[in-house]
Parts: sequence; C-alpha cells; structure tokens
Amino acid sequence: MRLCADAKSMTSSLTDFKENVDLDQYKADHSFNRKSHELDYDVAIVGAGVVGCAMARRLTLDGAKVIVLEKASDVLDGASKSNSAILHTGFDAPPGSLEQACIARGYEEFLDIFQGLGLPILKTGALVLAWSKQQQEKLEALIEKANKNGVHNVRMLGKKEILKREPHLSNQVLDGFEVPGECLVDPWTTAHAYLLQALANGAQLQRKTEVISGNFDGATWQLETSQTNVRATHVINCAGLYGDWVNHRLIKESLFTVTPRKGQFVVFDKAASSLVSSIILPVPTKTTKGVVVCRTVFGNVLVGPTAEDQDSKTDSSTNADTLKELVAKGIDIFPELKNCEVTSAYAGLRPATEFQDYLIRHFQDRNYVSVGGIRSTGLSASLGIASYVSELIAGDSLQGLTIENPVIPVPDRLSEYHLRDWQTPDNGGIVCHCELVTRREIENVLQGPMAPATLQGLKRRTRVCMGRCQGFYCMAEVAKMTEGFFNPPIALANNEQ
Amino acid sequence: MNNNTVLPDSCSVAIVGGGTSGLALAAELRRQGVDNVVVLEREKDAGGIPRHCGHYPFGILEYGKLLKGPDYARKNVETAVKLGVRIFTETSVTALHPNGKLSLSTPSGLAQLQAKRVVLSTGVRESSRAQRFIGGDRPLGIITTGALQSMVYLQGIRPFRQPVIFGSELVSFSSISTCRHLGINPVAMVEENDRIVANLIVQPYLTLKGVPLFTRVKSPKIIGQEKVEAIEFTDASGHLKNIETDGIIVSGRFRPESALLRMSHLEVDPGSGGPVIDQFGQCTDPAYYSTGNLLGPAETSSWCWQEGVKTAKRIAQELSAPEYDISGSIQFKITDQAIAYVVPQRLTLSDRPGGMTQMLVGLCKPAKGFLEAVGGGQKIWKSRINSRPMRRILMPLDVFLKTETDQLVEFSIS
Repeated sequence: MRLCADAKSMTSSLTDFKENVDLDQYKADHSFNRKSHELDYDVAIVGAGVVGCAMARRLTLDGAKVIVLEKASDVLDGASKSNSAILHTGFDAPPGSLEQACIARGYEEFLDIFQGLGLPILKTGALVLAWSKQQQEKLEALIEKANKNGVHNVRMLGKKEILKREPHLSNQVLDGFEVPGECLVDPWTTAHAYLLQALANGAQLQRKTEVISGNFDGATWQLETSQTNVRATHVINCAGLYGDWVNHRLIKESLFTVTPRKGQFVVFDKAASSLVSSIILPVPTKTTKGVVVCRTVFGNVLVGPTAEDQDSKTDSSTNADTLKELVAKGIDIFPELKNCEVTSAYAGLRPATEFQDYLIRHFQDRNYVSVGGIRSTGLSASLGIASYVSELIAGDSLQGLTIENPVIPVPDRLSEYHLRDWQTPDNGGIVCHCELVTRREIENVLQGPMAPATLQGLKRRTRVCMGRCQGFYCMAEVAKMTEGFFNPPIALANNEQ
Repeated sequence: MNNNTVLPDSCSVAIVGGGTSGLALAAELRRQGVDNVVVLEREKDAGGIPRHCGHYPFGILEYGKLLKGPDYARKNVETAVKLGVRIFTETSVTALHPNGKLSLSTPSGLAQLQAKRVVLSTGVRESSRAQRFIGGDRPLGIITTGALQSMVYLQGIRPFRQPVIFGSELVSFSSISTCRHLGINPVAMVEENDRIVANLIVQPYLTLKGVPLFTRVKSPKIIGQEKVEAIEFTDASGHLKNIETDGIIVSGRFRPESALLRMSHLEVDPGSGGPVIDQFGQCTDPAYYSTGNLLGPAETSSWCWQEGVKTAKRIAQELSAPEYDISGSIQFKITDQAIAYVVPQRLTLSDRPGGMTQMLVGLCKPAKGFLEAVGGGQKIWKSRINSRPMRRILMPLDVFLKTETDQLVEFSIS
C-alpha cells in the first residue's frame, strides 16, 4: 500500500504514487493496533463489512474518534466477501425507499472519490433484457420506475440494437433497455480503501473482537467484547448477517430477523471477457435481481447469483448441481461461453430480513443506530448509508472537527483494465501467473496496515491463487512467503504432528 | 542452472515454456544448427512439472538412466544450456501477437521479443475444484496434486495430515507417495466413475497402502469453515457418506495451460483445449508452432520429450528450406460425443516432408466399436476400438494425405 498526503498528487499513473510517506514512521505515529488503556471513542462501529468500512471512513472524516469492532479475523468476512461487484444506480429500487436514496447518494459519492482513492471502475452500462413475453410486458413499468428514481437516461432498445452492442449474445433475446450508469467495481479493494482511509486518519480497527454485551449509562456505552472492553459515546450496528443478534445483545430489541439469502456464482476465465460488454441483467423479480452475466474488473466473467433463503448465517457452501445450472444459464445467454473455462465458484450470503427496505433506526435516547437489512445493494449504497447515519447522529455530541486535508492511502490497484504492478519495474517478479500478482504486491500487503490474517484475506487484497489454476502453480510459493503470517497457516508448522 | 543474460529484441525461435517438451525442442534445434534459440520460462527455474515429481521413472529413453523428476528436469536444462540455448527464467509471456511478436514481463520491467518462429509449450495443469464442480464450503486445505508436490518436494512443507484424494488417475496414485514422503496419510480415494480411471493393475497399491477406495461417488461436498473438516458424498449404494479429513487433494483431469493462447489470435480446439495445429505442429498463424502436453493432455514426460525433438526437426527444416507448394487442406470434424479431440485438427496438403505420421485420438467416455473417418462421401479409415478416456489412441495419417483437394473429414464411432 502506498500512502499519499494529499489527494491532488493522486493521478492515474502508478509511478506518481511513489511520493510515499515513510510507512514505519507512519505506523508509529498512528499506532494502528493500539491496545492501550485509553479505549474511549466517540463511535464504536460493530462489523467491518463494506457498510462498516464506509461508516468508519465517513465518521472519521467528520471528525469522530472511531473504533471498528470485527468478530472475524479479517474485515469483509461476512456478506461483503462475495457479491456481484456492481455499482448500481438504483434504477430498480422501490421509489421513495431508503434503499433507493442511499444507493443514489452512495453512487454519486463513489464517482466523486474513486479517483482519489485509486479505485478502479468500469463504466460498462447495463442492459435489462427480456427473454419472454411476460418479461417484455414488465419493461415499461421498469423504465417508469427508473425515471421515478431519478435515473433518466434509460432507453428502450430493439433486438437489433442489442445484438449490435452484444454480438455474442444469444439471438433468443426479444428486447430490453439500457441503463448506462451501471458500473463494475472492485468489491474488496473498494471497502478496504474506505477503511484504510479511516485508519490513516485516526480510526482504530480491532479484529477477532466479538461484541458480547453492552450497557448505556445515559452518556456512554460500555461494550464487553471478546477482547478488551470498549467505551464509546455512540454505537452503530453494521453487523450485517449478525445485525439481529447484536441488537438483541445491546438494546434488547427485535427490530428484524436476518434470513440469510444465499447467492451462488460461477466465474469464467479471462478469455470469456471478450464475449461480454455490458452488464446483462434480467427482468428482476420481487426477491432478487435475478441471474446477472457481467465482466469483473479483474477481467473475468461472472454468472450469478441464485437466491436461496436459509437459516444458517455461516453456510456459504456451493452446490454442484446449482453451479452446473448457472453454467448452463450463462451459455443460454452467451452461447460461446460453452468453450470457455470456469475459473472458480463461490457463494455469498445477503443479510435479507422480513422487510423489503433497508431498516436504519436511530435510538437517540440510547446513542444507538441499527443499520439492518442491507441485503444485496450494500456495495453501491454503503457511502450513502454512511452519510445518512452521519447526519442522523450529527445533532448528537460528536467531538472534534471535520478533517480538512485527510490522508488518502491508496491500495494497489488490481483491475485488469488499469495499470498493474506487474507492468511496472522492480516488482520482484510474478508469483501468481494466472492473476499476474507480483512478489512486491504480496509483500506490501503482508507488511502493510490491516495485513490479512488468512489466505482468504490475502486473496481479496492481491488476487493471488484466485485465477484459473487455483493455486496449482503458486500455492507452494505463497505458503512459503506467508509463513508466520496466517492463522490457520497454509502449511502445518514443521514440528506439528 | 539457468543462463540469464540480457533479453534480446529478436531471435530465431522463442520457446514459451521451459518444461520437458520445450527444453527438448530447444536442445534439438541447436543440434540441427539453428542459432539464437531462446526459452522463456515464467518460474524461477526451468524444468517444468518434473521439477516437483520427486519420484521415478524419468529419463530411461532420453538418457538411458532411471531418474527422479527433479534430476530429470535438471538434466533437460543442462543439456539445453550446454548446446547454447539461452533460458530466461522469471520471464512471463503476457501476449502473443501475429507473426511471432511477444509481449513479456520480467522482474525488471516489460519487454518485447520478435521471433521468426514461436513454439508454445506451456504444458498442462490439473482441473481445479470448481472446474470439477465439487460443491460445499471453501475452507483452507483444498489443493491439486501439483500444488501438493511443489509444497512437499520444493518447499518441504505439509498442507495437511490426513487428506482425501479426489480422483483416481495415475497422478492420484502418485500423490500417495508424495504424501508419504512427509508422513502425510491419505484416508480415502474417491472417484465419480464406476472404477478407477488409471489402469486397473495399479489398484492393489491402495490396499497395500491402506487407502480405502470409493467409486461411483455422487454429489461430493466439502465441509469446513476455516479448515477442511470432512467430505460428504453419496456412495455407490446410495448412502450418504461422511469422511473426516483435514484436506482434499483434487487430482488429475489435466487440461492445457492455454490462457495465453485463448487470449490470442490463434485458433483453439474446444475439444482438446489446445491450439489447432496441422501435421507439422503449426498453428493457424504459421509463425507459431506448438508441442508437448498443450496439444492434448496429458502424456508422459518421455512422450513430450520425443514430441519436442520431432517438432524441432520440423521447425529446423522449415527455417532452412525454400517455400512449399500448398495444394489444399483437410479439416477434421468430430461428430461423435465419445470423441473429445483429434490432434492434429487439420492437415496441410503440400510437398513439405517430415510431418507427423500418426494422429492422436482422445475419448471423453469409454467407447467400444469402430472408429470411422469419412470424407467426400468415402470411408477413408475404419478400425476397431475398445478404449477409455485417458488412453493413448493412435491412427495413421498417411491415408488422409493421399487426397489432393480441400476436404472435410468426419470422425465417428459406430
């Protein structure tokens, strides 16, 4: 990771990022993993998913002293670890809903800040396509909805124009409309960048820290955690899949019940990306946006998700038959995917609740905000949710002042469509050949702030072992490079029997 | 062991991939008098897969000696270097361009190389868990045999203690000895087919090593949050079986390492996963040749070595000889679901000598009957086959070369 003191020095060229702050000095000054006795904060954020990360950034920049408490050994370990990596405009959100408002606001802020944070974006646009007469009949209402949501540049397209734009698309398509504003983003680096900016400007992160219980004395929260106890003026529950549990533990209220909705995905290898241009969306149903086919900023093609309600908050297993159906679905839409290789498959859990809309509740008398039901649009809405919550509690007693010139750390950019580290000199050589991950990138992440504690975390930060060979070539090298860093380690310790 | 010097801007032959076939080909090119032969290898050391195959038997035919994989790999490198081949390691080819121009990435930066001829010998890798549709969780401890071998033989580290081996090819059996090398004890071998994929004569090895075999396994599912805890499947009698384990070795189902090729202008054969070549090993851009396991996975090292040598002779001959009269071409087409591929996929009809004399046929399911080739309404070839996937089936090529005009020849099994 590179640290820059000023946003203006950040341009699109990697070489410009060289104007680094001395990292060791920087860490000493900011003591990232502080474990001292002064555990008094303005705000304690429970959960470091994308919403928690964006929240930490917003409130830190607004001048609050923030601590983020994450139950897992790494950030983005729950719902945020797997999604479709799309920055939505919110064209199909329920008009007038809080979800729509947060998406619209989050979308706008993302476009304002992505360059400064060095984040990739692919402005591909989306096509909402009808494949049956029933779907065709719903298009008009969807366009009307988009207009109501302030997304005015949607436009009907005939079959001919659709096939002209997507020449590899199945000619079974009937017609559809375009949503030019839909974009592809990096789902992990985006959230990491939010949190890294919070950390670089004074916020604290405590991983492996589960909130057990809490007591509010009328002015301050005393949180009992699995690590040290924490005192904070405000508590914001961004616990995603565990949001209902955290509410029970802290405010003894049952605002909602999370019913995890599983979404399985298959990923096709990079050669497939030449077949797909826009984000191909189906006509959505009440519960899901349906199966999407799109590229990723990493240069792959994604097909998914499914929508399967379940009770378990941890079961993100895939099912062989479902994965085969997704592959078949992908081939239905782009027949040439038949000859493309599958790279990987995964499943994510969206924290759906019994409510259609987001459920953000502010308990002013208890200095508590519950951010719930951020089910499938969290990545798009997170910045908007953070601003919304910031305003909710702004009337309350936030200390400090807005940071005038915040530090902007810039994580390594992993997008296939932008300059990568392997294209720059002295990168130490390529370790992961499928994803072209360099030795320098891996070392930077292992040595940097918020270093990963698991292989999964390293994968999300560098893409190592995430390509077509899934570690056939580089896993042994990565095991060696990460010795002493991970728990559990990739390989057993030599004295372990 | 590698003689990195400054990477040139141009060369006569650039070989992409310094494994068995690439090194054998490079050495033979030198023997044939071709100068300026360059091998581009992305790993730290050339040698390819045998580098981490810490077992016998390698090298009998090539060197008249019984060698272990790493010694064989070293021997292949030394031979090539002694003959004047320049090997550039940690050098990744990132794009193939028309007429033999390559984009490269080296630790010191990007580079370009213009070669008269390029040889693609990027070899094979095993299919991943996702490519085999193994469902379940995604914990730590699921690796291919190749990754296991690299860990055990190159790094001396163990990923697990009691893994389950998924697959029953020869490489699956060899993973048992890799495991034993560092005291890892496989607890089961599971196979989706009704019998082991490898030749039945190796099956007693499982009894000898105390590894139970489960065939006709359906709906395999990996269980474990942080680390692998178990594998669950429906067994041959339809019962749900759960085996406690701390790792899964996903073994076999070799597939060409063809990403570069797939991103390039060259035509890919969806059946083999490798490039479309003619009987000289030439791709659809004549500046490109291909050899070794990239053509049709996966053969033995010895086979790849011999193919490398033969392809080198063809390239040397082409570089030194005048142009040929091309009278036409034959395209092969597969019309039977049991046939995965035929290599070469096309024939160039010309007066050029020295092409392959046999073609390789690969099956994707067991087949019994007559393999037929029909072109222009005529039966060109018919022979009895009784074979399975992963077995080498060879057919003579000369019967097709007698034709003088462009033709489409269809292959089927009756």
